[in-house]
Amino acid sequence: MSAGDQARAGFLALELDGDGAHPAAWRAARHAPADLLTGERVRSTVLAAESAGFHVATFSDGPLSPGGGADIGGRLDAVQRAAFAGPLTRSIVLVPEVDTVYTEPFHVATQLASLDYVSGGRAGWLVAAGGTEREGAAVGRDIVDGAALALEAAASVEVSRRLWDSWEDDAVIRDVETGRYLDVDKLHYADFETGEDFPGAGYSVKGPAIIPRPLQGQLPVLAPAGLVATGLAADNSAAGIDAVLISAPSLGQLAAAVDNLRERSEGAVAVIAEIDVVLDARGQSAAERVAQLDAHTPWHSTRARYTGDAAGLVELLADVLAKADGVRLHPAVLDVDLDELSRLVLPELRRRGALAPVVPDATFRELLGLGRPANRYASVGN
Amino acid sequence: MSENQEIGHGFKPSGQLQFGIFFQGVNSGTIWKAPESGSQTEFDSFRRLAQTAERGLFAAFFLGEGLRLREHLGRPHALDVAGRPDAQTMLAALAGVTNKIGLVATQNTTYNDPAHLAHRLSSLDLISGGRAAWNVVTTDNAWTGANFRRGGYLDHADRYTHAEAFVETAKRIWDAWDGHAISGSETAPAWQAPGSVRRVRHDGRHYSVDYTPRLPRSAQYRPVLFQAGDSPEGRDFAARQADVIFSAHPAYDGAVAFRRDIVARTVRAGRGANDVKIMPASEFILAATPSEALEKKEWVRSLQIGPEQALAYLEQFWGRELSGYDPDGPLPEIDPVVVETSETRGSGFHGAKARQLADQWRAEAKDKGQSIRQFVSGKTSRVDATFTGSYTDVADTLARYAQTGAVDGFNISPWLVPSGLDEIVNHLVPELQERGVYPTEYAGHTLREHLGLPVPVRSREADDDAAGGLKLELAVGQQQL
Repeated sequence: MSAGDQARAGFLALELDGDGAHPAAWRAARHAPADLLTGERVRSTVLAAESAGFHVATFSDGPLSPGGGADIGGRLDAVQRAAFAGPLTRSIVLVPEVDTVYTEPFHVATQLASLDYVSGGRAGWLVAAGGTEREGAAVGRDIVDGAALALEAAASVEVSRRLWDSWEDDAVIRDVETGRYLDVDKLHYADFETGEDFPGAGYSVKGPAIIPRPLQGQLPVLAPAGLVATGLAADNSAAGIDAVLISAPSLGQLAAAVDNLRERSEGAVAVIAEIDVVLDARGQSAAERVAQLDAHTPWHSTRARYTGDAAGLVELLADVLAKADGVRLHPAVLDVDLDELSRLVLPELRRRGALAPVVPDATFRELLGLGRPANRYASVGN
Repeated sequence: MSENQEIGHGFKPSGQLQFGIFFQGVNSGTIWKAPESGSQTEFDSFRRLAQTAERGLFAAFFLGEGLRLREHLGRPHALDVAGRPDAQTMLAALAGVTNKIGLVATQNTTYNDPAHLAHRLSSLDLISGGRAAWNVVTTDNAWTGANFRRGGYLDHADRYTHAEAFVETAKRIWDAWDGHAISGSETAPAWQAPGSVRRVRHDGRHYSVDYTPRLPRSAQYRPVLFQAGDSPEGRDFAARQADVIFSAHPAYDGAVAFRRDIVARTVRAGRGANDVKIMPASEFILAATPSEALEKKEWVRSLQIGPEQALAYLEQFWGRELSGYDPDGPLPEIDPVVVETSETRGSGFHGAKARQLADQWRAEAKDKGQSIRQFVSGKTSRVDATFTGSYTDVADTLARYAQTGAVDGFNISPWLVPSGLDEIVNHLVPELQERGVYPTEYAGHTLREHLGLPVPVRSREADDDAAGGLKLELAVGQQQL
């Protein structure tokens, strides 16, 4: 690694869903199984992540039960978990995963804008698009798959983007002289239509939003590379994706995929590498810990996995952060691995200058190095 | 006591009142022109009002739902407060900074999916430790539907049948997990006991649902249900399904009559006479003395209905701009340009024969010698919903409601954000506590406990689900044929 690479500082995100990435993680958690689905659990994990120095917390979600089988079968709504954490935290960015296919785009846009308000501009959106038959059946709709899935997702992101801009920043004028609370010239109809080529049931959304423009103007939108590759960001500039999450089956393939995307995107999107993590802890080796949990439920993951001691993880993350803008960690067991990350990994990365500073009250856009975007309608109204 | 005997059917007054606060996001009642008025969207406004309400032992904090921005004469409405956050997202944030107060989300049955909405409400209920409630509302117009995939698919006549099927589906979703479905230990064979969760299926005219619920019961079993409809259909719906009615009858005699009617309908629906609580919408204008309170009321009204608001109010019935008219002069002599009144969309006005209405109003204003402003102020202030007076006088008035059981409490819309509850909590609540008609501590941890509501029994439909999927499979199969 060159000196130039060392100067590059990235951010660390932590996935906080359930009890950890291992399906049997609940067996190694420090709380009774039923206490997972409480505000207290959300509070303690988010505060632990923030104190450890993570920049971003993500909250997985989906329209169906998370695990099934022998493992965790319940999950609180991700936007609500993020919103609950908003007023309790100061610096950590809160990113819920929100479905784009079977949820109403108008509701999604409003919920995410609201999350930005309750977190002081620390909100983002991790786009999800699952199109299974069971997901559709829950709301009485047909299966959406293949290329249609990416187009549904792209449409949903576009609706939100338009609705977030539908109030110009200074639309609320509270002008006592004229009695006007709003300047209606600064409110705009989103007038979104899916268009003739839309593969699913087409729809339209009128607007304007029912909430003023989010604090950040536009929330940063994250999407998994799989969704981007199939069409969501065929044209990066128009697709409205700010960061792409990259998974690969091995650490070597992950590094290559990060390089590849950085080259292709030419800095137009932030690149976030996804890594599963198991650390030596509680007098046990990481491998032993996995073996114990695997005896209950085998851990199948599409992400590259690091299994070992903290020092090795520091080296790995320093390398990856030199190339990617950020890394999202998926600890096998939150209660156990987060302790080790907090004590042994993040302090060392900070000492090496590999981590961006944690800034209280900074917005997610600021963390990503994105300016506050101009409103697409601003010139129309003026 | 004779008043309460008239209510009948074994109804027993609790002798207590509960307060809720309704934080209005879109309305003409919240004053924004005064220097002390704060932001309608910043989180701190919500935090301060919720925490003040909790200090005053309020049972509940209410939020409305916005599905389309209000319009006036074809453009967004410029004059009144507009713009508000998503109710459940805001309430989840407030759950983190409050401990006891109930969190009520107004949510529409027309533009939500039952499985999603039931899940989100359940989530709010769990994350708040059993403090969530759903204020069930219905919409049926294509204008609102323009923001949703389904569009305007529902006829006015169908909105309550649809709403009731929706609520019953939601209840089955909330009933789907057995108590203690989640295992007590990390050594159990599985995280949840096999067979402890039922799949919920509904195949209705507007929706089909086939869903395995994802959340267990909360500390209060399931979210409390509020309902506000006032038509005979709305009242029957509430009597069958709701825990609390957010009523429109705060004046004493009207409140007693409404209580009597609801008790009768509730008993007819096979429920107990005390099973449905009633909390009317209200506004309080209070001061140390009655004359100060009256002065304050004048000030509040002048800021709620300024000259532009007065003209805009008439414009929605005339269907045209009236900006050339003097707000302190008489009502316009010109006739409306519409046959039916062109309502200010989204604000709950209903169409009427415009010409007829204009004639009637002109005569009425002339008769009373009222200017446009005076006339509109009279038309728009809900006189019977406002309690104006000294703290002690208003406390005496409210004590009578408690003693006879005319209502179970009031839903207060503060006319100032974020300081609108300060004097109620600091002065009125202690007066009510001295009279023994207001709680001196929260009854428990959940909203159901604060309101004295019974824990629900599992619905019959859920038992049917448990009895066997076969019967349901057959029913669904036949409908598909």
